[in-house]
Amino acid sequence: MMDKLNDKKSKLFLNLLLIAVFAAILILLDTKTIGDAYVRRILNLSAIYAIVSVSMNLVNGFTGLFSLGQAGFMAIGAYTVAIFTVPLEARAKIFYIIPQNPVLAQIELPFVIALILGGLLAALVAVLIGMPVLRLKSDYLAIATLGFSEIIRIVFTNIKSITNGALGIKNIPIMPTMWVFFGVAIISIGLMWLLINSSYGRAFKAIREDEVAAEAMGINLFKHKVMSFSIGAFFAGIGGGLLATLFATVDPNQFYFPVTYNFLLIIVLGGMGSISGTIIASFVVTIGLEILRFFDEPLALFGVNIPLFRPGLRMVVFSILLMVLVLFFRNGLLGQKELSWKLVFDWLSGKKPIKKTDEGGAA
Amino acid sequence: MTSELLLQQLANGISLGSLYALLAIGYTMVYGILRLINFAHGDIFMMAAYFMVFSIVTFRLPWYIAIVVVIIVTIALGVLLEKTAYKPLRNAPRMSIMISAIGASFLLENLATYLFTGVPRGFPDIRILTTTVELGSLSLTVATLITPFVTLILLYVVLFITNKTKIGMAMRAVSKDFETAKLMGININQVISTTFVIGSALAAVGAILWGSRYPSVMPLMGVMPGLKCFIAAVLGGIGNATGAVLGGFILGMAEIMLITFLPSLTGYRDAMAFVILIVVLLVKPTGLLGEKVTDKV
Repeated sequence: MMDKLNDKKSKLFLNLLLIAVFAAILILLDTKTIGDAYVRRILNLSAIYAIVSVSMNLVNGFTGLFSLGQAGFMAIGAYTVAIFTVPLEARAKIFYIIPQNPVLAQIELPFVIALILGGLLAALVAVLIGMPVLRLKSDYLAIATLGFSEIIRIVFTNIKSITNGALGIKNIPIMPTMWVFFGVAIISIGLMWLLINSSYGRAFKAIREDEVAAEAMGINLFKHKVMSFSIGAFFAGIGGGLLATLFATVDPNQFYFPVTYNFLLIIVLGGMGSISGTIIASFVVTIGLEILRFFDEPLALFGVNIPLFRPGLRMVVFSILLMVLVLFFRNGLLGQKELSWKLVFDWLSGKKPIKKTDEGGAA
Repeated sequence: MTSELLLQQLANGISLGSLYALLAIGYTMVYGILRLINFAHGDIFMMAAYFMVFSIVTFRLPWYIAIVVVIIVTIALGVLLEKTAYKPLRNAPRMSIMISAIGASFLLENLATYLFTGVPRGFPDIRILTTTVELGSLSLTVATLITPFVTLILLYVVLFITNKTKIGMAMRAVSKDFETAKLMGININQVISTTFVIGSALAAVGAILWGSRYPSVMPLMGVMPGLKCFIAAVLGGIGNATGAVLGGFILGMAEIMLITFLPSLTGYRDAMAFVILIVVLLVKPTGLLGEKVTDKV
């Protein structure tokens, strides 16, 4: 096995094989040969979660800024898509209590443009928020970003002529193909991967490891923090926009701040500072949460109703999982490593992986 | 605006502010010692409200015994939280501890939703607290009237403990320098547990008074008060109990005044607290009464 591994050609072959397998599965799913609408929906949701989680990992795992604002930035992206892509003739019906702002009521944009606009708006808000807030240290930053995420949600609940308030916006056009979600996910994560492996990415990691040392090495802390924060917000906005078209409806409660905890669980599970770990964890957590739905159903074993299983148990299990992870498996699946064939084969042949490095992200 | 209404709202503001103050002391003490936002503090408060519901409605305890039982059970929960969620991570990176705190808060919320369902429960009507008193043209409930006094008395007790007792001296030492205090033979774990005992007890008292004012108990009732009280603690200067009370008063008053004078902005009530937080962090990060700390390399 090991000899083969050192061979570049066979690695390339394995990579191509893997890509081909995934592409084949996706094509089969997309052409409705296998799976049903439910499976497709969950996989699309996983892809969206992967984008948002990697964006959160970019900020939290790679730059070491504990930001909890993801839900707010997603809301901006989602509402931008919702406001601009709903067909003009359907709008009066949606905004039936308070009419839509007359200017916005005449603008309809294609999905892609609205999606990017949503990302850009989220990034713009992130720059504005980041300027003051990123001067703060770890936990203050966490509470301030969480606060901003709440402020965004509260503002969206209150500016009824733009967002339709608590009623939300319905009838958002949905996308006919899974490639929209997976395509955007691949592009977004690819871009973030390039960023993290560029000189900017190295600066981010330097800031994560030691701010004072990074500054001494000539890294402009403020510039890089704002950059990481706003790029993270951009992709969270993109994820939010996709979410709007997946659900075909948005309302402020979808972006209540505990939503961010889902992504937190994902990046902790995948490993703070590992992109591949985050992607795997996004699928594991999203699919896992669906499978765990049986916890919420009444369960009868041998004719005896087990009273433990009733609505709410799923989320209890979910939160216990988060606690167990952070208490006992702080490095998650991959720690700061990326998935590689060597790692997979070592694991398959029962070899102990290389000694775990200590987790980063210390304040 | 009539002067009666203004006075009434002033009294409401002071009362709400002192409720915030009770919770804020818990945040500020834990932060002072562990440098940790105890995200679960608001959920401890929520649990205390549920304990009160159960001890009076289900177990039919008289209110004065119920209050004592609730305080004791809440303290036990607070200490349990510290031992399970925070103690194992004493030497872990900051981010892990914060995630653990968020996880604990999320767990308590979900556990409450699971055990008690999301349907709001009525808070038991404690006659002696909900009786209305006429003060001139004002009519206030006993709870509204006594809350500020309870808060001030408890603040005095907390100040007495931290400034005059041996354990209080240890607490101050630990909050100044964790490592050195440890080297000096201070039992860190005992100090931290004491902090959680005090914080949880105050949260329990807060929950009982809160319930008499807003008699609806639900699993997420602690989230917003929790965040706001942390903000109050930051406003007053984190680590400083007097500051926390001051911050709580200011925040409660500001909220009630917003509703009174700008009723059209009532929807932004919760956002205001965060705006205050951000302004404070930018203008005077140490808060009103906080000491300046310099970053050590």
